[in-house]
Amino acid sequence: MSETASSSTAITGAEIFCRSLQAEGVDVVFGYPGGAVLHIYDALYRQDKVSHVLVRHEQGAVHAAEGYAKSSDKPGVALVTSGPGATNAITGIADAYMDSVPLVVFTGQVPTSLIGNDAFQEVDTVGITRPCVKHNFLVKDVKDLATTIKKAFYVATTGRPGPVVVDIPKDVTADSCEFEYPESIHMRSYNPTTKGHTGQIRKAVDLILSAKQPMIYTGGGVILGRGSEALTEFTRKLGYPITNTLMGLGGYPASDKQYLGMLGMHGTYEANMAMHHADVLIAIGARFDDRVTGNIEKFCPHAKIVHVDVDPSSISKNVKVDVPIVGEVEPVLRELIKGLNENGGKPDAEALATWWKQIEEWQAQDCLKYDQTSELIKPQYVVQKFWELTEGDAYVTSDVGQHQMWAAQFYRFDKPNRWINSGGLGTMGVGLPFAMGVQFAHPDATVGCITGEASIQMCIQELSTCFQYQLPLKILNLNNRYLGMVRQWQEFFYQGRYAMSYMDALPDFVKLAEAYGHVGIQVTQPGDVEGAIKEALAQKERLVFLDFITDQSENVYPMIPAGAGQNEMILV
Amino acid sequence: MRHIISVLLENEAGALSRVAGLFSARGYNIESLTVAPTDDPSLSRMTIVTSGSDEIVEQITKQLNKLIDVIKLLDMTAYPHIEREMALVKVRVPEAADREEAKRLADIFRGRIIDVTHDTYVIEITGEGSKLDAFLEALQPFPVLEVVRSGVMGIARGEVSLQI
Repeated sequence: MSETASSSTAITGAEIFCRSLQAEGVDVVFGYPGGAVLHIYDALYRQDKVSHVLVRHEQGAVHAAEGYAKSSDKPGVALVTSGPGATNAITGIADAYMDSVPLVVFTGQVPTSLIGNDAFQEVDTVGITRPCVKHNFLVKDVKDLATTIKKAFYVATTGRPGPVVVDIPKDVTADSCEFEYPESIHMRSYNPTTKGHTGQIRKAVDLILSAKQPMIYTGGGVILGRGSEALTEFTRKLGYPITNTLMGLGGYPASDKQYLGMLGMHGTYEANMAMHHADVLIAIGARFDDRVTGNIEKFCPHAKIVHVDVDPSSISKNVKVDVPIVGEVEPVLRELIKGLNENGGKPDAEALATWWKQIEEWQAQDCLKYDQTSELIKPQYVVQKFWELTEGDAYVTSDVGQHQMWAAQFYRFDKPNRWINSGGLGTMGVGLPFAMGVQFAHPDATVGCITGEASIQMCIQELSTCFQYQLPLKILNLNNRYLGMVRQWQEFFYQGRYAMSYMDALPDFVKLAEAYGHVGIQVTQPGDVEGAIKEALAQKERLVFLDFITDQSENVYPMIPAGAGQNEMILV
Repeated sequence: MRHIISVLLENEAGALSRVAGLFSARGYNIESLTVAPTDDPSLSRMTIVTSGSDEIVEQITKQLNKLIDVIKLLDMTAYPHIEREMALVKVRVPEAADREEAKRLADIFRGRIIDVTHDTYVIEITGEGSKLDAFLEALQPFPVLEVVRSGVMGIARGEVSLQI
């Protein structure tokens, strides 16, 4: 082929970027422009298949991409510039890493000729992000761009999902070459396991059927691995009690009678007690996080443990297990169901009846009860009303702290991908940008953001993005004028010395919402809660910021204090 | 317990720092680490000497396997294996008698003198770490100017082999 002919079909790196995203079926990119990505923005401007959402801070872009991914079956995509663009994105990337969110984050980089020269807006993005990504790439040649993007999406979305960063120097986006997007990709160093080992499945089935006091404990892996249906079938078939982790809420329908609620530090008494007294524990897509186990020495002292996880390094990391099964949650659950059918054995009905009787006694504690007669607004009541009025069918994001726990306890999720929060990293400020991402993935759905007056201020600038794109979010600000969870720990463990936990000089949130072009409503009386939520839900086209002035002294109960076992909960 | 883990990984920029970063981020011990490209230039082979309980070493191998650049690894400690380390030692030997004695010691340890000046020798010695330690101990009477140790390399004996 002559040189002229080849150059006539060559396109720039920036165009390759757009075409690759189109080939991946990306419909929306959350981002913020800057010098190093100007060619890319120009190419995005000149096409209409991939839309771009302009956030107000790069952290918001990555969190929005997370919200999009967590609530849908597609990876999230973010685009930021070099230097500060990349560093601002780090919190979001780390958050996605801890919660295994499939994400591809594109960062601009200074031209290859300047890399290492301390150029303007240069940082070693690959170096800085290395500990908090599943993988990252620096693209040094335009010829590698399409393949690298293909690899990035493949790595981000397969196995245990996670964020992948692709760092693209400016000159690479200007250079040209022929474009061909690979149909499929093979990486000799990356072959995630999907199906479980047959022998292990058989062992697990035997152990599961031998249980007298079984417990099923499932996590975010069930949601990421789209295993909810299989899990429900598996659990109902056995008739065993089940609990979900914070990340796993919605993995099993909360309204089902076999569901004992969330477990862990602020889980229910019955879930934690059943864990503690279980003789067989079936852990699926969960990672025995310290907020779940409490004191590891006291964790599940009587249980033989089956653990299903796609990530071998999650198995026997914190707790030694008896039957490890490496594989994707959904196919493994199907194999377990098949194994149960083939085995022909039945759970021990008599033992199970006794076990359920015991569990019912624990349930009778009514550990989530709170004062319903208070003259102050109880935060739990707000969440409960929101659940009732949305008929449990909203997408709910939260920030981090007390309100997050109340949201997890009182909004009862019956479906997966409805509960979007930051479990691993515990990032304050995620709620609003998460909700934006969710609304883009589900334009017609009700999206609520349960937050607090401290968290919401960490990404408050995104209210401007919400106005630009007319996102009708419902923000429920549980405003107790305190860093509530910090205050609670200071009350319990620091003799009430409330160091820096009081949020002084708060803005007028109603005026703030209005300044950004939204509707703001302040609610101070318990009797007005229901009406305000109804009004917010009726405003289909507008973002409504509900500022609930709540009881300052309310604490999250029950609680496993640090160092205690699951059977040592503080009840109200 | 001490473990020698051999790793085959993509010979790409940043692969080494992924491994080094993993060890520091997760607080694993690292006694020595050597790395070089293999006969296949797209591959590097790394030998890591580490120590820890069985649980920790299990986590180390799992976490290494999880790195996207890592293709395969082998914990040598589980198999009969050979380990070797090389040292280059520069000693000051101004007197003829010193030179004689240093030469004799090098011979005993099957070392070789690879550089000679009026005042110094550079001795090359290969073996297990303990042999190198013993040699350095034997050289104590001389002023040792420099010691360069390569870190441990390992290979399994017989049929067991680490390859793609």
